[in-house]
Amino acid sequence: MSKFAQVTVKNNRYIFSGDFHHICPNQPIRDLDNNGRLTGITNPRDMTYVHSYGGEAVFFENLSRGKIHGSRCDNPECEFTGTVYLPFRIHCPDCLAKNTVIDLTDICKTSARIHTFMVCERSGAFNTLAKPMKFINIEFDGVATILMSYLSVGEPRIGMRVKPIFKTTDPTYTILDLSWVPEDTQKNQLPPGFSFG
Amino acid sequence: MITFSHRQLKTPRLLRPVYLVTAGLSKCDRAMPDKRTEELCIEALAMAAKLIDRTPAELKKYIHTAYYGHFADHFGDQLLGEAVIHDRLGLDPLGNVGIKTGGATGGSTLWEAVKAVASGYSDCVLAMGWERMDEVPTDEGNHLIACAADKDWETPLGHIYTGYYAVMAQKYWQVFGREEDSFRRTLAEISVKHHGYARFNPFAHGGMKITAEDVINSPVVAYPLRALDCCLMSVGAACAIICDEDTATELTKNTRNKPLRIWVAAGSHTLRPACRRNMEIPLLPNESPDQYKDLAERFPGSERYPGFTGFLAARISALYAYNMCGITDPSEDLDLVELHDAFTISDIQTYEDLGIRPYGYGRDYVESGDCYHTNPRTGQPGKLPSNISGGLIGCMHAVGATGIMQVFEVATHLWNRWAEIHGDKALWEKFGRQKPDDWQDLQVAGARRGMAVSHAGVGSHVTCTVLMDPDSLIKENA
Repeated sequence: MSKFAQVTVKNNRYIFSGDFHHICPNQPIRDLDNNGRLTGITNPRDMTYVHSYGGEAVFFENLSRGKIHGSRCDNPECEFTGTVYLPFRIHCPDCLAKNTVIDLTDICKTSARIHTFMVCERSGAFNTLAKPMKFINIEFDGVATILMSYLSVGEPRIGMRVKPIFKTTDPTYTILDLSWVPEDTQKNQLPPGFSFG
Repeated sequence: MITFSHRQLKTPRLLRPVYLVTAGLSKCDRAMPDKRTEELCIEALAMAAKLIDRTPAELKKYIHTAYYGHFADHFGDQLLGEAVIHDRLGLDPLGNVGIKTGGATGGSTLWEAVKAVASGYSDCVLAMGWERMDEVPTDEGNHLIACAADKDWETPLGHIYTGYYAVMAQKYWQVFGREEDSFRRTLAEISVKHHGYARFNPFAHGGMKITAEDVINSPVVAYPLRALDCCLMSVGAACAIICDEDTATELTKNTRNKPLRIWVAAGSHTLRPACRRNMEIPLLPNESPDQYKDLAERFPGSERYPGFTGFLAARISALYAYNMCGITDPSEDLDLVELHDAFTISDIQTYEDLGIRPYGYGRDYVESGDCYHTNPRTGQPGKLPSNISGGLIGCMHAVGATGIMQVFEVATHLWNRWAEIHGDKALWEKFGRQKPDDWQDLQVAGARRGMAVSHAGVGSHVTCTVLMDPDSLIKENA
């Protein structure tokens, strides 16, 4: 019986359990315009990859706790010391020193506004977001960079004030655990599993 | 990095002159279940040989190293496909290497090939690019392309690259386009032009006689972009032969191909557009320091540069390229360009990054008629025709091949062979296509200098390739 692929870490090594791939037979591809002659073959591939968040793990862990963490260069010798990054950067892109992890939740709750957006009617395979998807890029006071995410309530417009919501119930531990809603959104309008943190 | 040292901005220098000798292109199509990729590559190389009256075997005797542009291994489930192609081209045991920089793969392949010759390592290099995007369903193809975005921060958001790109289009649409119907129509006219020119190109698979209304009424992909604003997904291969002067002279003796001087420069910018920090606009030779001081007053919302409206990689690669070969004003110094029109709106953005028009005024390049083979306003030749091939919207976008296809197309004008190649009825028949009864000769008369821009999604990598007739150089010792 098949079991979802699962991975844990012990002694800094991956321990794999469950099924990481499924074997399906190849199928011939035939040309219906030419008496069904053989033109090719299907190559089924069903695999599970393993991926390390490394120094970014704290960001993805804390989304499920209703927190947004960014990072800041505190190297006094850096030309751009004090620069704050969200998306999270483990190292300063200028001096390459390790950044300080900082809690930006309050700044996100009070200063987030839409820099640009896109309403997308189509998705790729493996998508789990409802369509149409409302991608938004959000700017914050005192943060050098902009965050890409998605709006779960209402229609986006440039300059719109938004506030974060978090998938605190059954989190996915991906960037999808963070979403945004217009600043006047009430708790009962949130999608299932999400809260204000 | 938001500031640059003088060492980083040093004008790149080739240690000796480098020449494009010949080039070739396969048939391009949405799908080709009857062909393996190697068949397309051989088709392109055979054409390159034919254009200099050589057999493929004769041309191969000159090749010393090979650079292969192929972006998406995972599309074909074949890692190191370059080794397969190299073997099938019968070029073992020569050294070869694969290049991948997203949509800029073709341009980057030429970048490496030119440097190999410029350094003296090789006297003759093959640059070959290909892609096949027909071997997975469209939604899986969208996912595979989206894997080129940041897999933790972006890819899970819909698994569709168009969405990551289109936020840039939305910002430009609102800030510089002011959401005007007239701007929307200008976008549509780009599509009309590129689909229209593609009708006269036997290699193209997106030729269509359409109107601006057809574009504006086509299905929304990501507002304001509609289906006819978007580039094609293609299968195809293209190649170029890059040589030093002596080899170029020998290979082209008594042929219709004149060796063309070639320069390639490259730029890059972070894969996550949202991570682009503010900086001053790097100025091109035809721009002045005070030109953009009041840009944010003229276009509210444009405070951030490059933000979501400009492609810094395009600007930097243009800066390097112009300084390498002496271009001071692309509209004056060049006779034609092939631009990476992934979307109509990114085409306009690129006009500004390249200095064809100042930031905020890219639309004027279309509205003035300058970008047409024949200016529809005046009936006279366009000042700087763009994408006579049909570009990515009308001709093809077989990712690893696209940048090389563009250079092939520019070169056919500089060789004054556009009509001979594109009007060849036998070629139309070979590709199973009907040559239009109203086929037009789109040769840019007297073309001596041209440029091709190869661009990866969201502007992460961009190359500018400049071709010049060696008798029409701008700068001595370039």
